[in-house]
Amino acid sequence: MAESFRFELVSPERLVMSGDVRQVDVPGAEGDFGVLVNHAPMISTLRPGVLVVFSDERQRQEVFVRGGFAEVRPDLLTVLAEQAVPVEEIDAETLNQEIQNAEEDVEDAKDHDTREKAERQLAQLREVVAALRAAGHG
Amino acid sequence: MASLKDLRNRIASVKATQKITKAMQMVAAAKLRRAQAAAESARPYAERMDEVLAGLAASLRGAEGAPPLMVGTGKDEVHLLIVATADRGLCGAFNSSIVRLAREHAQRLLADGKEVKILCVGRKGFDQLRRTHRERIIDTISLRDVKQVGFSNAKEIAEKVLGLFEEEAFDVATVFYARFRSVVSQIPTAQQIIPAQIPDVVEGEEQASSGPTALYEYEPDEYEILEELLPRNIAVQIFRALLENAASEQGARMSAMDNATRNAGEMIDKLTLTYNRTRQAQITKELIEIISGAEAL
Repeated sequence: MAESFRFELVSPERLVMSGDVRQVDVPGAEGDFGVLVNHAPMISTLRPGVLVVFSDERQRQEVFVRGGFAEVRPDLLTVLAEQAVPVEEIDAETLNQEIQNAEEDVEDAKDHDTREKAERQLAQLREVVAALRAAGHG
Repeated sequence: MASLKDLRNRIASVKATQKITKAMQMVAAAKLRRAQAAAESARPYAERMDEVLAGLAASLRGAEGAPPLMVGTGKDEVHLLIVATADRGLCGAFNSSIVRLAREHAQRLLADGKEVKILCVGRKGFDQLRRTHRERIIDTISLRDVKQVGFSNAKEIAEKVLGLFEEEAFDVATVFYARFRSVVSQIPTAQQIIPAQIPDVVEGEEQASSGPTALYEYEPDEYEILEELLPRNIAVQIFRALLENAASEQGARMSAMDNATRNAGEMIDKLTLTYNRTRQAQITKELIEIISGAEAL
């Protein structure tokens, strides 16, 4: 039986999730990473994606997160996400809205760097949305 | 001397006013609970953000080319005052006290020969400031249609502020809002958000083995994370100010309406006394008239 550690998912408006879990897969800016107990301390930014929480053998929760960062300590994982929606609650409209926003960001970008960043965000978002659609959400 | 009918009318009108103020007080109390809960649940995020930023800032202290959002533009010429007030009145000195603080601040800066720009959030602040600082107000944001302040509202404001900062329209930004201490006490507060005021990590803690800051691995590197977090922190700070303000507004309104209800009650008592006196005086007068009429016969 694997040991558990504390996990907190926080959005600016409220504490979304809090409890002891066995494993969390986090969509990091430079690639997904799984966090188990006694992980080396680190801080990573997030890309838009799906966070998977394994609270015990059978339970598995998926949460769509966007914008923010994760702070890992040996006994604690804190994810601060600007937006956190359980995958079950996502509908097509929200996803479309997200994509539209990202597209506007690309158009509004003033210089090369911002544009590139916005484009990357958009591409990541499209990927996630496609994956979610394939899984039957939205 | 007012006639009996006049007095009756006045009593009725004060009673009607009292009913309104009483209702407003109860509505404010209900809204206050909600606003307080919202402020409460936003706290963990802001606290975490502060912690991580403090850690990052400590590890980057003194480094070359730190982001301008943290160290400023190197100048101190143009100040942006973000004045957050309510969109509605009837809440005692709530709006005026925020505006007064902002105005004093502006006066001080102007006396020092600095340039001042003002961004109003909430209509009441704009109404009061435009009398003296009309040409300095660059924009007004109204949250009138917003029932419950959400993070998206704060983000919108933050984006506007950051846009201005990128255009180098100002060097220092300060938010004015009322900090909620209790129902009867709201403290007008000025908080500088650009350059960011990052709490120092306590020295002793840093050296202790539990000191997390030095041990972290960063992905991507510190600099990039900081660059992404700082703009987000602006939004968080503004969000916090807005939530505190919302709670303060309802608290101020509640106590203002409580006072108004009590005053109305006192007034009704006074008027009723006068009314009864007048009525009795009239009866006495009529009796005297009848008796002296009877005696004369």
